[in-house]
Amino acid sequence: MSIQQRKLSISRRTFLAGSVGTGLVMGLGTMLPGCSREQAADDLAAEGASRIFSPAVWFEINGNGDVVVNIAKAEMGQHVGTALARIVADELGADWTKVSIKHVDTDPKWGYMVTGGSWSVFTSFALLSQAGAAGRTVLIEEGAKLLGVDAAQCSATNGQVVASDQRIDFAEIVREGDISRTFTDEEIGAMPIKTALERRYIGKETSAEDIPEKSKGEAVYGLDVELPGMVYARPLVPPTRYSSQIQSVDDSKAKEIPGYLQTLQLQDPSETIQGWAVVVAESYPSAMKAAQSVEVDWAAGPTAAVSEDHLYAEGAKLVADSASGVLVVDDGDVRAARAAAANTHTATYRSGTALHFTLEPQNALVEYVDGVFHIHAGNQWQSLILPVLAKALGVEESDIVIHQYYLGGGFGRRLFGDQMIPAALAARELGRPVKLVFERADDSRFDCVRSPAVCQFDASFDADGGLTGIEHAAAAGWPTLAMAPGFLADGVDGNGKFDTFSISGADHWYTLPNHRVRAINNDLAQRTFLPGWLRAVGPGWIGWGVECFMDELAALAGTDPIEFRLARLDASGKNAGTAPNSVGGAGRLAAVLEDVRDRADWGRSLPDGEALGVAVAGGQERNMPTWSACVVHVAADAEARSIAVKKIWQTIDCGTVVHPNGAMAQAEGATLWGLSLALHEGTKFENGQIKDNNLNSYTPLRMADVPELDIRFIASTEFPTGLGEPPLIAVAPAIGNAVFAATGIRVRDLPIRL
Amino acid sequence: MIEFELNGQTVSAESPADTPLLWVIRDELKLKGTKFGCGIAMCGACTVHLDGAATRSCIVPLSTVSGRSVTTIEGLDSTQGQALQAAWVSEQVPQCGYCQSGQIMQAANLLENNADPSDAEISTAMNGNLCRCMAYTRIRKAIKVAANGEEV
Repeated sequence: MSIQQRKLSISRRTFLAGSVGTGLVMGLGTMLPGCSREQAADDLAAEGASRIFSPAVWFEINGNGDVVVNIAKAEMGQHVGTALARIVADELGADWTKVSIKHVDTDPKWGYMVTGGSWSVFTSFALLSQAGAAGRTVLIEEGAKLLGVDAAQCSATNGQVVASDQRIDFAEIVREGDISRTFTDEEIGAMPIKTALERRYIGKETSAEDIPEKSKGEAVYGLDVELPGMVYARPLVPPTRYSSQIQSVDDSKAKEIPGYLQTLQLQDPSETIQGWAVVVAESYPSAMKAAQSVEVDWAAGPTAAVSEDHLYAEGAKLVADSASGVLVVDDGDVRAARAAAANTHTATYRSGTALHFTLEPQNALVEYVDGVFHIHAGNQWQSLILPVLAKALGVEESDIVIHQYYLGGGFGRRLFGDQMIPAALAARELGRPVKLVFERADDSRFDCVRSPAVCQFDASFDADGGLTGIEHAAAAGWPTLAMAPGFLADGVDGNGKFDTFSISGADHWYTLPNHRVRAINNDLAQRTFLPGWLRAVGPGWIGWGVECFMDELAALAGTDPIEFRLARLDASGKNAGTAPNSVGGAGRLAAVLEDVRDRADWGRSLPDGEALGVAVAGGQERNMPTWSACVVHVAADAEARSIAVKKIWQTIDCGTVVHPNGAMAQAEGATLWGLSLALHEGTKFENGQIKDNNLNSYTPLRMADVPELDIRFIASTEFPTGLGEPPLIAVAPAIGNAVFAATGIRVRDLPIRL
Repeated sequence: MIEFELNGQTVSAESPADTPLLWVIRDELKLKGTKFGCGIAMCGACTVHLDGAATRSCIVPLSTVSGRSVTTIEGLDSTQGQALQAAWVSEQVPQCGYCQSGQIMQAANLLENNADPSDAEISTAMNGNLCRCMAYTRIRKAIKVAANGEEV
């Protein structure tokens, strides 16, 4: 999905402020079908605390002055509620100690619900700033009246409206003021937003709202929810993701297990799950035990013999076919440059299957009551799964409510709520609430994994060795094609559609004389498994190839890899950047690269077998660039086939940082994810399924593997971009480049092995 | 019916004797702070104290704890435990938070046995606890803060 498409959904908006019961409710949101602005205003003016205000509302202030900020984003470790509430509170002039956050359930009034793509602050910043500013305007106008002064003399700060030596609390304004007012689009657009110098909360340190309860075992995750009368279910996951069919089920042995109820075969009209059964019992241990004794005979689907090698071979075949794929970049004439080249260089980079492995296994509790499916489960993209659920259950989306909880890890896995479907089908059939919980191995087998990917790079040089062009072809399974095909983008020549998430980063910020990028769907991957959006998605594997290949070109040119990059980060032409998202363009990427170069003391001499490697990244998408540069200090021994990472430096420029401590936490975690995917974790397809499904053989980074980290953010007041994923991208290629510098061995497969 | 001590109170559990302690604590006795992660004692999310020793409750059958003492995150009131929970907040450790009950229980056991652990000792003690968000540097820092009684 592109940011622009989502912006359209809020282009027709209105702002409403008014008294509801005893509180002030303010919002800025999508105009809903069947709910005119006038009607919404009428609703707002009506009395009664139980009344529901229809348009999206982002915060409320009650007669005690308490400010509740409604958070429609999933909390999965990024402390998103704190960051978004700080944006509102800053513009509003609120007293932070009176601000709290509320994570909300699905309701059309929240508009499009998705938490992913590192978008939350980027897409909410202007919206929530405007909402806060509009709220401030009303509070100042009414506060001024109550104080008997001119509103122009007033300001709002720390939960009060202040005019020289007089002041009045927000609480009193809410209780005693006339706070009904409607804003037009034009008025909203003209709302004065504070300058960076005027801000009191954005960019200042604070504690994350979710951390105290997460430190006491009190935070409630989806797995922790119970309902009276519920039964437990454990899925029986079929041998292939698609087209498996159950031939027979024998549960005679399971019937001896206390608490076992039955084994249900499920028919899913949405075809999200195919050939599924669930074992139902009065307790989860009984369901687990019974599942081991239920014998299911499946006719596996046609991909039951597919292995990682088959997937790679298909990718290699596709990238080698110059007619394949959809054009993503077509600058200049790469093929003319190649025809005229004095020399060429070709390399193929690959990245293997990797798991999300959220520590909280997939689960969902579903209750069907009064014609409504109540689904209790942590989820990142409610607006994606709601129509799928509606199809699976044969009901309207309005008959489904997804109740939100803390997510025990997201990383993109919970963008797709497919685990809700078997739970909902079972709950309807049994007439009781069903709590479906995946055991770890099943969670892994049902994962929407990071697709194996193959990238081929063809570079051309003139007689002087000058780089004249690069063609880049990338083949992988496409998550967006599988799960959200409406968000595929058009090829630049109008031919075909492609998954931006699977190729982003190939449209990088280096200035090249000729540049061509083809995105290719690996159809075998698409048929074998559900490709997923694993943290950093395309840039995670595209960046691996782009940045290692850049190092290869620097080596061929006999040029220092940082100098080679800086020469091409000239911020010319399309790389100059545009306001507001990419002001400064490639110049900011050059700046972070120079910063990390200096901090890592690039060029110093190191013992034999040790070296520094470098890579840069432009974030998740060109329209939302997060500028990062990474240097890694590696000790590598080709004979012992060992690689040790001693230290990682990163310099990151994501524009305005809203919540600095939370931003650093994201950068630390994402950096270590980059390291883990580079050296520690990964699996392979074998017989149509992933080979490693638990920690006995799937081995993410542990504490003892953590190197010294030195991460710095560039101080900036530019528009905030994304952060949850981007610091992951440059780590793996920086390690690969360091390994080359240390050993002379160019590793082109991820995970990196000597 | 199996009796044991849970967070200082005698409790009796009716689950079958082979039921993993994790599910007895979570589903029968309704203490949800202890988490299910891998089911094979390799992630540490289910860590509790059994007679004072950090133990993976996902592989301990209920029968094993008969007459013994179990402490979960909800009952962690030792000096070290309190210091750790305070340090988890002061150092802003948790991200998704799902592993953190187990991390804190493991760290409390470490500090019971070693009041001032070195970096290497912390790594050794904590290496069995997976943090999928990879908040490891802050976990390490918070353990040191708790051990040294630093004010932040």
